[in-house]
Amino acid sequence: MIEVKNLHSGYGRIPILHGISFTMKQGEVVGILGHNGMGKTTLLRTLVGQIKTTQGRIEFDGRDVTFASPSERARAGIGYVPQGRDIFPLLSVMENLKMGEIMRGGESAVPEMLGHFPVLKDLLERPGRGLSGGQQQILALARCLAGRPKLILLDEPTEGIQPSIVDLIAEKLGELKVTLGLGIILVEQDIRFIRQLADRVLIIQKGAFVAEISPDQLYDREVVDAHLGI
Amino acid sequence: MIAHWQGNGGLVAATALGLVLLLALPQVVDPVMMIELTSYVIMAILALSLGLIWGYGGILCFGQSAFFGIGAYAYAIAVINFGDSTIPLLLSIIVPGLFAALLGYFLFYARITDVYFGVITLTVTLILYKVMGATSGSQYVIGTAAIGGYNGIPAVPPLNFPGRPDAALSFDGLFYLSGLTLLAIYVGLRLMLKSRFGQVVVAIRENERRAELLGYDARFYKLATFTIGGAIAGLAGCLFANWGMFISPDVFGLAQSAQVIIWVIVGGTGTLLGPIVGCFAIQWIATKLGAQQVLNANLVLGTILIGFVLLVPKGVVPTIGDAFRRLKFRPYVAPLVEQRRVP
Repeated sequence: MIEVKNLHSGYGRIPILHGISFTMKQGEVVGILGHNGMGKTTLLRTLVGQIKTTQGRIEFDGRDVTFASPSERARAGIGYVPQGRDIFPLLSVMENLKMGEIMRGGESAVPEMLGHFPVLKDLLERPGRGLSGGQQQILALARCLAGRPKLILLDEPTEGIQPSIVDLIAEKLGELKVTLGLGIILVEQDIRFIRQLADRVLIIQKGAFVAEISPDQLYDREVVDAHLGI
Repeated sequence: MIAHWQGNGGLVAATALGLVLLLALPQVVDPVMMIELTSYVIMAILALSLGLIWGYGGILCFGQSAFFGIGAYAYAIAVINFGDSTIPLLLSIIVPGLFAALLGYFLFYARITDVYFGVITLTVTLILYKVMGATSGSQYVIGTAAIGGYNGIPAVPPLNFPGRPDAALSFDGLFYLSGLTLLAIYVGLRLMLKSRFGQVVVAIRENERRAELLGYDARFYKLATFTIGGAIAGLAGCLFANWGMFISPDVFGLAQSAQVIIWVIVGGTGTLLGPIVGCFAIQWIATKLGAQQVLNANLVLGTILIGFVLLVPKGVVPTIGDAFRRLKFRPYVAPLVEQRRVP
């Protein structure tokens, strides 16, 4: 599904990623763990094209997208739910959802998304800025899924969210992974959430992957301490 | 939110009110005022074009008068050559539209935004002012139309019924045509903003980066909005050339560019009604001030603008809208007598 080879990128003259390489299959969930400032968000932003690749190659579904624009990557099937959700504050929930429908050829995504996330049913006319943090996260996820992505990149989806909504998101993503064959790259600090969803976990330090572990190994205190120092 | 603001009920009411005003005003207003009103209506079309580009597209264009002037010149040159006004009218929309598309392509695809965009569009307008001003020699002739430099093009033939150059539009006819054009553009833009295209345009204004990550090419949508705005401004220019039967490089001047922005600021961005209201109000005040000798008109207009920026930064229409919504949705608080009765 996605193959990343020797990826380098950064902000201006400051390099952040130093030769990231990994591959991912359809329907796989890869967790990325690392301390703050190690390059997790930079990696996601480079994959979606918000930050330019300075060296290396990104291939998605057999197509080289290394220098494709963010909108071209989105139309190719890469969805992104960033930190802070980035919903459109003045648009209603319904209008936010409709914004995600670009790849549907006129077919409405709203009924399907309301089926996945019934909590949005009563909020359709409410402006985005009138939602709680958890509701905004669900809306951001639903809007991303409305575009029928093959791969979604989630940047700390549990940040500041109440546990019941975290469980709802984990349950839904697990379900979509199986039913739609959805690939997920999950950047997360919540080890419990990663253990629930990920098939494997990559540890990032100073802009490079230093280890790959299984989610079960996150139960092992020694492994966690060795890689994350927590 | 947008659906709330632009419900069909409001659109029908606004259209009906516009039609009533269009039919009633010539009956109650004297001919001199009708001439003034016609120019207000034409300028309101220009203001509406900037209201779309800036208020909804989030593109601060300081050079809207460039498209206005290009439309006016395209009409004047073409109608002098063709005689019949049908093709010149179309050219007054197409030529500025193409110019906006070309300029916008280089600016949007080079990711030039914000104040840089404003500076470049203003510069282009001032370049046009200089270029058109430098065409006074007898060699500057297109067909039979002498461009005339700063003297401009006088005696611009009026619009006529399609295919009938002898059936020219009367001055009353120009008022009705301008009014109907303003109304049609207002309705068309409201419908466009309710459409999928319009929602994407607004979403890009709200958060361009996010819209791109959802798969929308922001550059294309901004270019399309800019081109539509340029074409509308060009049409206003054509009507203006008809109104005065004259066109000169002054339409590309700094004063013309600035006043369009003032109309939109005073009326309010993010609405279509705001630029129209702002345009009518400021032009009316300018006319009244111009008729007296006590106060300097520009000084008073400048004070009004500063007052609006400081005290009513959202503009008249959005501020009234906000106040109305606050009044309408104010939570009910029972009077003290009623509260005491509650067991």
